[in-house]
Amino acid sequence: MSETTVGTQAGSAPLGPGVSGQAQPARTANLLYTETETELRAAVRGLLADKAPWRDVLARTETGQTYDGGLWHTLAAEVGCAGLLIPETLGGAGASYREAAVVAEELGRAVAQVPFLGSAVIATTALLAAGDTELLPQLASGALTASLTLPFAVGPRTRPETSVRLDAPQRGDGPGDYRLTGTITGLADALPADVLLVPVDSVPYGIYAARVSDPGVGKRPLVSLDMTRQLCEVRLEQVAARRIAAGPTAEQAIAAALLAGAGVVASEQLGVAEQCLDTTVAYVKERRQFARPVGGFQAIKHRLADLWVSVTQARAAARYAADWLAAGFGPETTLAVALAKAVCSDTALKAAQEMIQLHGGIGFTWEHPAHLYLKRAKADSIALGTADAHRASLDVLANLPGPAAG
Amino acid sequence: MLDEADTLRSQVAAFLAAHDPATTERLEFLRARFDAGLAWVHYPAGLGGQGLPRSLQPVVDREFAAAEAPTNHPERNGIGLGMAAPTILAHGTPEQKERWLRPLWTGEEIWCQLFSEPGAGSDLAGLATRAVRDGDTWTANGQKVWTSSAHMARRGLLVARTDPDVPKHQGLTYFALDMKQPGVEVRPLRQITGEAEFNEVFITDAKIADADRIGEVGQGWTVSMSTLMNERVSIGGGAMPREGGMIASAARTWREHPEVRTPGLHDRILRLWADAEVARIAGSRLRQQLAAGEPGPEGSAAKLVFARLNQEISEFEVELAGGDGLLYDDWTMRRPQGANFFGRNPGFRFLRAKGNSIEGGTSEILRNVVAERVLGLPKEARVDTGPWKDLPR
Repeated sequence: MSETTVGTQAGSAPLGPGVSGQAQPARTANLLYTETETELRAAVRGLLADKAPWRDVLARTETGQTYDGGLWHTLAAEVGCAGLLIPETLGGAGASYREAAVVAEELGRAVAQVPFLGSAVIATTALLAAGDTELLPQLASGALTASLTLPFAVGPRTRPETSVRLDAPQRGDGPGDYRLTGTITGLADALPADVLLVPVDSVPYGIYAARVSDPGVGKRPLVSLDMTRQLCEVRLEQVAARRIAAGPTAEQAIAAALLAGAGVVASEQLGVAEQCLDTTVAYVKERRQFARPVGGFQAIKHRLADLWVSVTQARAAARYAADWLAAGFGPETTLAVALAKAVCSDTALKAAQEMIQLHGGIGFTWEHPAHLYLKRAKADSIALGTADAHRASLDVLANLPGPAAG
Repeated sequence: MLDEADTLRSQVAAFLAAHDPATTERLEFLRARFDAGLAWVHYPAGLGGQGLPRSLQPVVDREFAAAEAPTNHPERNGIGLGMAAPTILAHGTPEQKERWLRPLWTGEEIWCQLFSEPGAGSDLAGLATRAVRDGDTWTANGQKVWTSSAHMARRGLLVARTDPDVPKHQGLTYFALDMKQPGVEVRPLRQITGEAEFNEVFITDAKIADADRIGEVGQGWTVSMSTLMNERVSIGGGAMPREGGMIASAARTWREHPEVRTPGLHDRILRLWADAEVARIAGSRLRQQLAAGEPGPEGSAAKLVFARLNQEISEFEVELAGGDGLLYDDWTMRRPQGANFFGRNPGFRFLRAKGNSIEGGTSEILRNVVAERVLGLPKEARVDTGPWKDLPR
């Protein structure tokens, strides 16, 4: 399997600002699942069924440890999920976003409480783009978990603003010894992180790595809509940090990380939607009212048929994005991710809402998993750029400009 | 795969060397191409193909197109190529395949489909056209409707009731009807667009040789279903480039007329473009599944999405046209050569798209199909299980 490269895209079509949206993709994406991907899916699904049944997931949301460290360790170290994107030379699996997307589907299906998206996809992509060789081997082995400290709601862009203050090394400090001070809030998958990758909007723009165990780092969990992916606030007070990327490299790393995050979360949303559909179909076959299964009523059949149709569209879009991410970062990848995030956001939310409605009263209770999916679906639809924001980006990507300003 | 593609390319080269497209008579060229197994490579040897994967057909088509070879005008025989041929292949006798497939493929014989009736639309199995056997000949009587190409067709795929005393699905038999006989009268059926793509077909004491029966007596429903599955794939699942469908003209108008842009319309075109592009990608995925030998039920989804999108986009386009949206190009009764979903003006497309959720299985029936066959949900309680002759009509 090929090494992930950032900033190049083999044979990418010249599809950019001002270029006709009719330009065709330069390669044919493989939209199916390979045998390897199917095996990986089976391994992850089996593990999740065993270690993360929904009752345990629900119970964990009301403990002080809302992330499942044990499950993450098994997934990261034993199944190798943490190092999927990391080249074999750095201790990873040398796989691609296609495989990462399949894992994300399964994690979505189980609303699993692990920092796969934040660490193994977003932070890992940033580190790969930055050319890091120090942290990646430790991420690959599962020894460390990292988080790029940008709010989860930030959509794809190159230079997100941050309020973190940077103090350059003082006399007597080590050569790479920067100090970071500031507060960043709304972070996903940062609660279990050992390493923070902190974008700093300075001159030049930079990404700095800080250890959570160092003095001056504080984390405050936030009461989050998605109970299965608890957000937090990070406070930094003169925290020692090392610069891992600066200038265009840092900007490109952040763009790649946010794009990969949005693309992979689309597959997570696909998994959420599929689980909601499957669970609901099974339920309406069993649930009897008026002396017949409610799934026999046409009003319900048609809603579920429409949902299934939406899922087929979401699956195609998610696979398209995963395949283009695996090919590199270029305009067609950006377009593919925008489409996937837009469509999968809407589909996951629709699926979760249909799940609640078609379960009737039981779906509105705490003791049924439907609410976990609704909360995940709604949060994911905002995370890494809303459907609306991603569709809006098509004005340039597909050459469909809006009304002239003023 | 690469080897097979290379072999095919050299076969086409050898064929072209022996049959110069510039000098060989069109029909002679097409018949020879069929006989060389280069017509549809996924068909069996001796029937125009070589038993190869369907995915290799584009290799052959590209080579012939590059040589500017005569084509069989597939657009003129959509029903024949898309529905009749696979049905004959699946259910025909060796003699029927031998007799019908070659002239079908070359376009010498156009086929049409005689399924729907005024009293049997979604409930196709309730149809009333009767066929009665006398020795080796059947005599058919009844009326069919929504028959495209009937006025040009040499043969029609006819499903008729041969036993009214059994439940409706069991009493049907499938035939190839000779359309050029006195008992078959074709009348144009004018539609909301002003033109007549379709026909009504009045069948009065029409004769059918028993040798033209496809499948066993009483198996008409099973055979019809395989025809209809092919129809749904061909209506919703064709390969398309980006902006290849209804979205093309909407996007063009959007780009060429900045003055029509408003924030509300902008949101709508972005949504429509995204949905159309995702539907296109889903179509590619469907074809990749077929090519990999993993056909899924997604064909039904493609048709549902295609119908909805065409309607939404064309509706949007008329609005985008502003004052021009109040105009129509031509109400004159015409006989177009085939369905033209994306042609003419926005008003025409808007009207024509209304048929997309009705033809080839209404969207409501397709939702039932998805719910029952894909999701496994319970069937509707039925009141039509007794003998056909006793059902209220």
